[in-house]
Amino acid sequence: MSATAQDASINFLNYDKSLKSWLFTKDHKRIGLMYLVAVSIAFLAGGILALLVRLELLGPGETIMGPDQYNQSFTLHAVLMVFAFIIPAVPAVFGNFVLPLQLGAKDVAFPKLNLASFYIYLIGVVIAMSALLVGRIDGGWTFYAPYSERVGDSILYVTTGVFVMGFSSILTGLNFIVTVHKMRAPGLTWNRLPLFVWSIYATAIVQVLATPVIGITMVLLFLERFLSIGIFDPALGGDPVLFQHFFWFYSHPAVYIMILPAFGIVSDLIGTFSRHRVSGYLFVALSSVAIAFLGFLVWGHHMFVSGQSATSSIVFSLLTYLIGIPTGVKVLNWVTTLYKGSISYKTPMLYALMFLFTFSIGGFTGVMVGVLGIDIHLHDTYFVVAHFHYVMMGGSVIAGLGALHYWWPKMTGRMYNERLGKIAATLVFFGFNLTFFPQFIMGSRGMPRRYYDYLPEFQQMHQLSTYGSWVLGVGLFMILGYLLMSLKTGKKAPSNPWGALTLEWTHTTPLPHPHNFTQTPVVVRGPYDYHLVPEMFENAAEDGSVKSVHDVSQPAS
Amino acid sequence: MGDQSTGWLPDPMSTFAGEVDTLFYFTLYVSTIIFVAVMAAMVYFGIRYRRRSETEVPEFVRESRILETTWVVVPTILVMIVFTWGFKVFVDLQTAPPDSYEITVRGAQWFWEFQYDTGVTSANELYVPVNRPIKLRMTGSDVLHSFFIPAFRVKMDVIPNRYTSVWFEAIEIGTYQVFCTEYCGTNHSAMLATVHVVSQEDFDAWMVAQDQDLPPAELGERLFRQYTCVVCHVDTSVGPNLAGIFGSERELTDGSTVIADEDYLLESIVNPSAKVSSGYGLQMPATFGTMSQKQLDGLIAYIKTL
Ligand code: HEC
Ligand SMILES: [Cu+2]
Repeated sequence: MSATAQDASINFLNYDKSLKSWLFTKDHKRIGLMYLVAVSIAFLAGGILALLVRLELLGPGETIMGPDQYNQSFTLHAVLMVFAFIIPAVPAVFGNFVLPLQLGAKDVAFPKLNLASFYIYLIGVVIAMSALLVGRIDGGWTFYAPYSERVGDSILYVTTGVFVMGFSSILTGLNFIVTVHKMRAPGLTWNRLPLFVWSIYATAIVQVLATPVIGITMVLLFLERFLSIGIFDPALGGDPVLFQHFFWFYSHPAVYIMILPAFGIVSDLIGTFSRHRVSGYLFVALSSVAIAFLGFLVWGHHMFVSGQSATSSIVFSLLTYLIGIPTGVKVLNWVTTLYKGSISYKTPMLYALMFLFTFSIGGFTGVMVGVLGIDIHLHDTYFVVAHFHYVMMGGSVIAGLGALHYWWPKMTGRMYNERLGKIAATLVFFGFNLTFFPQFIMGSRGMPRRYYDYLPEFQQMHQLSTYGSWVLGVGLFMILGYLLMSLKTGKKAPSNPWGALTLEWTHTTPLPHPHNFTQTPVVVRGPYDYHLVPEMFENAAEDGSVKSVHDVSQPAS
Repeated sequence: MGDQSTGWLPDPMSTFAGEVDTLFYFTLYVSTIIFVAVMAAMVYFGIRYRRRSETEVPEFVRESRILETTWVVVPTILVMIVFTWGFKVFVDLQTAPPDSYEITVRGAQWFWEFQYDTGVTSANELYVPVNRPIKLRMTGSDVLHSFFIPAFRVKMDVIPNRYTSVWFEAIEIGTYQVFCTEYCGTNHSAMLATVHVVSQEDFDAWMVAQDQDLPPAELGERLFRQYTCVVCHVDTSVGPNLAGIFGSERELTDGSTVIADEDYLLESIVNPSAKVSSGYGLQMPATFGTMSQKQLDGLIAYIKTL
């Protein structure tokens, strides 16, 4: 070992503790952590708004706010959650922190650009939120014309903010694509890449190709507003359906920006905690890339009742299924990975299994709303609200929580409290399902979305949903609490607490400064080839952590 | 209302609602079966293969080609069935029979207006004869709306400057709920209407009754309800309570005052942003300007009685 004992106590967190060293860091790990703080704040704000929205819906009529405040609350909730939280969350937080480590690289390909993306993101958020100072944010996160154009200038701040955040997303995507192509450690061939890397790679493709479209849309809104040329506004001779095409041409692929990284996380978690090679590795890897491309061809399934032509609707419905099948097959692959594995139920694994449950429900209901005849009835009802919360929250956020617990020891050098972790995971599971399952039922009975008030027959379901949101809220606040606490009182994390085989666990411990690896790792096996290194686990500790990591991970010959 | 729901969906009340439901339940049940099977496998593996010792390293399991092929082929077949079926239902929903009775619908912030072939109009109350195909030609006056009757399983966006349509044939006499399902602002959730499905005789009788002249104040009272003035002016405090307003002195946002005479009331309805009462916002939509003189006279006559 070249690293001396003294070196080992200096790591990327403590080599320089000044604020300046954080704000101007080019270290991907620190940038990842800064993103983590930023998106957590967005999630917290968006979450509190969600609780308020649910509280308002506890009874029909006014409960805690009037219609205008309600409409602004759900809009702000959605804008924060979609643009400020979920789109940057997984790629920018975990992609930044983990990707170079899993590649055996010393950083991303363009570290300065990486820092720039972070600040561009922050500027975008600030611009979008300054809308609150000049007026109201109204119209839903979809900004459908012409309503959004009647809201006033404040909406232009939001769209400008989204436009700016888009650049951050594009630059991050570019950075990751180049990093994956150019910075892999020797021996790390494409079919030895961890599935997390594959999924981030696929996501990056979508980020780079789709995001410009939302930029263009926002520019067109601007032009219409200031030059009064009719593009979307029927009062000026424009076509509001065109806006929807533009919007979904970005926003559908954006759904894959949200969910693809989750696929990667879940693959890594299930592989690690069952000590098994992820079944259908090649399929899972390549189908992510295929989904990234196919995802561009299905935007019209959001518009079956918008007045687009019947032929388009039919083609879009068909393509939607094509994309659904590989997604479903992935779920089967994850389940079969468990077969004859050695399954350990640490908190991250609980989230991975929870993901299989909630995401599958999201997927199946996605098939239902993709069926033309049924979607006519379900479109724009709570059924759709429930469906996308099952995908985005039950999919991305649940997987994200798994990732947060999984990489927390690597990120902070501390272990969270496992028992509290399991209790919170249980609360999140029941709270989540109680919040969103009743929404399927009231939606199919006709309850429309974005309703401030509702008919008495829907009250029971709304109440259940609101109670669920409280349980969910308690679970999430608990996580926030014990994670923050672990920074002070948490046990020092062992180098490989989960007995994982990917490079971030086997080769860097503790994470040194300035470079990730004291010597360039050489990769000789796949990311989940547990059966090739049984000797690594001979001395595994009671908690499953593995000590003698460097012994086995060196090249065999 | 006739919208009872015993299961997932409201009771089917149009000719093709039953067909939509069969498809819905087929998809739901097949999905549920697969979902339960997959979850059962997960739970079973989870228990059977839980880690027994920390030093345990499982054997490598070769992937089974047969299994992999099955789970690509079977779902593909299922999905194609559902797609073709959904396509068929969709085509039925799109093609109105040629002998349909046409009604024009206008969606505006925040009410629905219906115009019949006799020239009669009604707001938020749609009367249709039972067992007769009805085609709604729809357009909007301001922003997007969407016309949704859950009991009939129909929905279509309503777009300014353009016609879209839906058709249905109601199979049972009763009243059914209409919702607006495209977000359209403050009173989106109050943009409701009722479909009255009645016998052909009752329908004809209703039509004749509509043509008769009501005293203006009575007409106004009805319009005040139908055009949702009540939502802002009585049920909530979005707009000022209009009781006793006639002849009183109103303070405006610019600090000036006016006497609320008939001209003022008319202007307030037709062009609400011209003079805005202090303490209130600009929520009152300008969509009432398209009302006929007779209707406006009625509204003013009614407001004077408050
Ligand atoms: C979306 C809510 C809303 C609806 C629906 C609505 N109004 Fe109003 N109305 C307001 C508000 C807010 C004001 C006060 C601001 C202003 O003067 O424009 C107002 C003001 C008025 C005034 C002037 C009152 C004053 O304070 O001097 C009259 C008269 C009036 N409305 C009549 C009507 C009638 C008649 C209808 C139905 C055809 C109607 N409103 C529907 C919100 C509404
Ligand atoms: Cu509407």
